[in-house]
Amino acid sequence: MQPFINVDIGGPAQPLLRVNQLVKHFHLGARKGNEVVQAVDNVSFEVHKGETLGVVGESGCGKSTTARVLMQLLAQDSGELVFDGEAVGSSRLPLKAYRRQVQMVFQDSYASLNPRLTMEESIAFGQQVHGISRNEANEYARYLLAHVGLDPARFAHRYPHALSGGQRQRVNIARALAMKPRMVILDEAVSALDKSVEAQVLQLLQELKRTLNLTYVFISHDLHVVRWLSDRILVMYLGEVVEIGPSEALFTASAHPYTRALLSSMPSMDPANRTLVSPLSGDPPSPISPPAGCRFHTRCPHAKAVCSEVKPALQYVGEGHQSACLMAQPDSVYHQAISLQEVSHVA
Amino acid sequence: MVDSVTPKIPVAAPVASASQGYWRGVGARLVRDPGGVVVGVIILLLLMLALFGPWLIAKDPYQTSMFLRLKPIGTEGFPLGSDELGRDMLSRLILGTRLSLFMGIVPVVFAFFIGGAIGIVAGYAGGRTNTLIMRTVDIFYAFPSVLLAIALSGAMGAGIGNALLSLTLVFVPQVARIAESVTAQVRHMDYIDAARATGASAFTIIRVQVLGNVLGPIFVFSTGLISVCMILASGLSFLGLGVRPPEPEWGLMLNTLRTAIYIQPWVAALPGMMIFITSISFNILADRLRAAMAIKE
Repeated sequence: MQPFINVDIGGPAQPLLRVNQLVKHFHLGARKGNEVVQAVDNVSFEVHKGETLGVVGESGCGKSTTARVLMQLLAQDSGELVFDGEAVGSSRLPLKAYRRQVQMVFQDSYASLNPRLTMEESIAFGQQVHGISRNEANEYARYLLAHVGLDPARFAHRYPHALSGGQRQRVNIARALAMKPRMVILDEAVSALDKSVEAQVLQLLQELKRTLNLTYVFISHDLHVVRWLSDRILVMYLGEVVEIGPSEALFTASAHPYTRALLSSMPSMDPANRTLVSPLSGDPPSPISPPAGCRFHTRCPHAKAVCSEVKPALQYVGEGHQSACLMAQPDSVYHQAISLQEVSHVA
Repeated sequence: MVDSVTPKIPVAAPVASASQGYWRGVGARLVRDPGGVVVGVIILLLLMLALFGPWLIAKDPYQTSMFLRLKPIGTEGFPLGSDELGRDMLSRLILGTRLSLFMGIVPVVFAFFIGGAIGIVAGYAGGRTNTLIMRTVDIFYAFPSVLLAIALSGAMGAGIGNALLSLTLVFVPQVARIAESVTAQVRHMDYIDAARATGASAFTIIRVQVLGNVLGPIFVFSTGLISVCMILASGLSFLGLGVRPPEPEWGLMLNTLRTAIYIQPWVAALPGMMIFITSISFNILADRLRAAMAIKE
């Protein structure tokens, strides 16, 4: 039973997904003064084969919009996605073929399951769309249910309301796997679950990644989970990438003040190290009229006059580690050493 | 890929504890509800009368008599009295069931399919398509339904066919409105995004993922329209735009008997009572259906 196989094309060194200068703006319409929300602004990054890329940032920073554009549920205004060497939407990789290789798991486990379909029907839907017979798709759905730890004899014919949150999220994962994807976008997929259930689902995700050779884009606001799961981490602020790098480097030697503020807001496991002062004050500025220059300068403790004029680009600050801060870039004329003491307890 | 892994739990072929289907659950809940059963029985009786009416009547409903006009209820040979032309009320009421129900149900059925399709397409498409469709629908919606029915029917000329057509046109915008709003709600659920992420076409998504969630509310709303439609149809007949005399139809009978309301009030009220019982039964049925179809959130 191998109805379609999504095979590796470009070899392990070629990035699985290259995101090039992605822009997604939302136009609010004449009634709201024709304002434009710059949800995702000029975002570029790569997802390597077999890795887990964590995406973190405050709510409203464009994480979910990025995820929806990656899944092509939203069309980008400009920019391109290159999947394993082929531009998405080109004749060599039409949208339908791309969607077979990339799947998504949503945050709300209940809203992402049709209340009128049984678990089996929900999981089997995708394969039937691609021409697999109903019987075969159902059989595979039951196989996947077992695979994500749900007894098919008990769960195949149940409706979503008869399942717990953790069980539903397992079904959602099974539905994503039914397309035999190479990449899975997990948009806050475990955030709504109880801590104990969350741990089980995370274990399941790790196991599936290993056995099925998957690549994850893991979006979350929980830095502990991101650190545990991710190989590399991407930090977003107001629709832009401010830092991207290997997980450990980011946690121990973060080069952007925003990343550091995020890290110091992490609750510590040690009561002696509790966070006493709020690392960031106020809400992020509105993405409708983001600050000029560096978008973070309004809240940045290290901001200089130049920060409100010059827009910093991502530059290498270490091995595979890029940051978009004028003050932190070693070859920048504005460079100054920023103390790393603030994050010492995290490391 | 996936196949290379041994499942943790062996796949059991027989389904041990399948939860019952959705519509069977709705049926069970409806039967358990005494109010639902009562109106169900009444509607069933009315449908039987409509189907078998001609074989149930003892007297010729068209036979007039100048000497037996406006007899009270209980007169020998006229159990429910006689009308202003001396025709047997019982026979006419029974025979009238067929035409009255026909006039009440057929336009709603047409409106259910046409309005439902329009609303679902508009709700699913969203954006400009939605605006274009719904604003066009709103033009019809702007007129009071009675006025619209009379105007359309009057413009097209008297007759049952034209009355059915005008009533359908009156209800299409109303059904489309409901269909559009429930579809727009469903459309923004994550499971629709998940379905789009499989690469399914809009048609497949509507068929598999949307219809099951929107048909229920549209159906309940339409059931409630049957009573309105019967009253509107009666109104058209009353104005001479629908059913023509001497055909027995409750609205028409109510119209012709209204002059006799001071002489034989009970006889004159009978067609009105039939309309009342039928419309309230369909209303209650719609209500109980809504309750029985409510799914756990």
